[in-house]
Amino acid sequence: MNPSMRHLANWTILGLTLSFLIGPFLIIILAGASATDYLAFPPEGLTLKWYLKVFTVESFRASFLLSMALAVFGTLAALLLGVPAAYALNRYDLPGAETLRTIVAAPIIVPGIIVGLALLRYMVVPTGVTVTLALFMAHTALVLPYAVRVVSSSMTNLRADMEEAAVLLGCSRLQAFTKVVLPNIRGGVLAAFILGFVTSFNQVPVSLFLSGPGVRTLPIDMLAYMEITFDPSVAALSALLAFMSLAIVYTAERLLGFSRYV
Amino acid sequence: MSDAFVQLSDLTLSYGKSVAVPNLNLSIREGELIALLGPSGCGKTTTMRSIAGLLAPSGGTITIDGRDVTRVPANKRGIGLVFQSYALFPHLTAFENVAFGLRLQKLPEAEIRQRTEEGLATVGLTGFEKRKPAEMSGGQQQRVALARSLVMRPKVLLLDEPLSNLDARLRLEMRTELQRVQKETGITMVFVTHDQAEALALADRIVLMKDGRIEQLGTPADLYARPETAFAAEFMGFENIFKVEGTDVISPKGRLPLAASPTSPILAWRPDAVTVGSGPHEGRVAACSFAGAHREYVIDSALGPIKADAAIALPEVPLGQTIRFDLPLATARGLAA
Repeated sequence: MNPSMRHLANWTILGLTLSFLIGPFLIIILAGASATDYLAFPPEGLTLKWYLKVFTVESFRASFLLSMALAVFGTLAALLLGVPAAYALNRYDLPGAETLRTIVAAPIIVPGIIVGLALLRYMVVPTGVTVTLALFMAHTALVLPYAVRVVSSSMTNLRADMEEAAVLLGCSRLQAFTKVVLPNIRGGVLAAFILGFVTSFNQVPVSLFLSGPGVRTLPIDMLAYMEITFDPSVAALSALLAFMSLAIVYTAERLLGFSRYV
Repeated sequence: MSDAFVQLSDLTLSYGKSVAVPNLNLSIREGELIALLGPSGCGKTTTMRSIAGLLAPSGGTITIDGRDVTRVPANKRGIGLVFQSYALFPHLTAFENVAFGLRLQKLPEAEIRQRTEEGLATVGLTGFEKRKPAEMSGGQQQRVALARSLVMRPKVLLLDEPLSNLDARLRLEMRTELQRVQKETGITMVFVTHDQAEALALADRIVLMKDGRIEQLGTPADLYARPETAFAAEFMGFENIFKVEGTDVISPKGRLPLAASPTSPILAWRPDAVTVGSGPHEGRVAACSFAGAHREYVIDSALGPIKADAAIALPEVPLGQTIRFDLPLATARGLAA
């Protein structure tokens, strides 16, 4: 192959890759703007009415709030568990630390369908916990790997002697953690929160199993809505959610160089 | 020892099952500047960490200023430590780094401000208050670390390899600085180093350690002139150390006769104690380098390589040529076996 041919091939591959990544996103934005009463692509006529209708659907509003609450509190809970876990894994020469790391990462590796089914069969059914609590615990567990991983990586450059210095200046171990470690991993914790939030918010397979009557996360609610009503508002809502995720990640990138931590 | 300010008695320090320091006894007087000197793994850092309270001894006691602090936690011991890496808090300014310990004591703001500014002035960093550690050079960071410890008015100030991360020029500057600070404050200081020149230049007394034990303890002049063991001699720059057998000095390579029978089982010569250019022995020049006031020869002899300094007045003997030399008994240091 001569150089110009190779050049062309490279650009073609790049173009194809990008269109596969961005294409679906564009399709959804346009499909949500179709003037038809059914989901259509390419759109026939353009309107904003479906984008506005999204805000009037009562169940969307409730499930949006549930998803928000799950994402915020589930991620906070995951951080509450994950930050000390990351700290311990970094600081101490724990026996079986590698095994522990693998176990913590498991929810990323195991398919969500399996996690959802397992949680339903062995947690929700036998114990009879409420749907909301089950969802909360599941989302916490799903976000935990990200919390441990991202916080860990922000901790690797933090030398242990900094804490010893703090102790010699009069800190208790806990004070050394809050006054010296936490301020220096703040970026990592924030990054973990954002990543966790987005992961939790967009989570489908596990929530699918755990959602109950009247209690659905937004993605599950959208699926249910689509089964009955096939109008473009679902596409419009999807586009809005994608924009929300994009805005969060973009802000995070500008504020604290998010990509450094992930 | 009634005048001991810091007293380590039968101190045993271990990591898990491996004993790093078995049964150490050491007294340090108030206001003294002590060097713990030795190669890596000799237990000097371990000893320092136990004085700081960062490592609990598995046996023995540590007394500071008449009080047994063996079980006192590190944050209540009132001891300062300047870490080799400085261990500054990267998220705080120089001022806040130095004020850190004072703030923990909840002192009035005016006193914190005054003592912090004093501390920064002592180390010559007035005007650097608002800098973050990342915006300062290594030397400046170390000064902040020093000031951070000094403002706490510690009973003992420990320094871990205080000069090893600095370049040659800064090293000299910091050395003078440490001596001046020690004079001004009168604080008892213990510093750890593997560099004998650093220990000789700085310390009032040197504790030379090997395998967790004190090999020799004495003033720099003492250790320099009168090492007692081959290990101490080697550390103090005696580059030619040989065993004695009858009237010969021997090495695995061979032997050379001496003028008379020595009384010590081991003899050691500094390079400048070897006579070059005359003498009963012959060797070949294996290397020669110019060192300003003298030439440093490596002579290939019957004993193997001998390091010898020759006066610059002596004409240079080219590589590979024969050179005469002597190992005079008069300039030899006798060592214990």
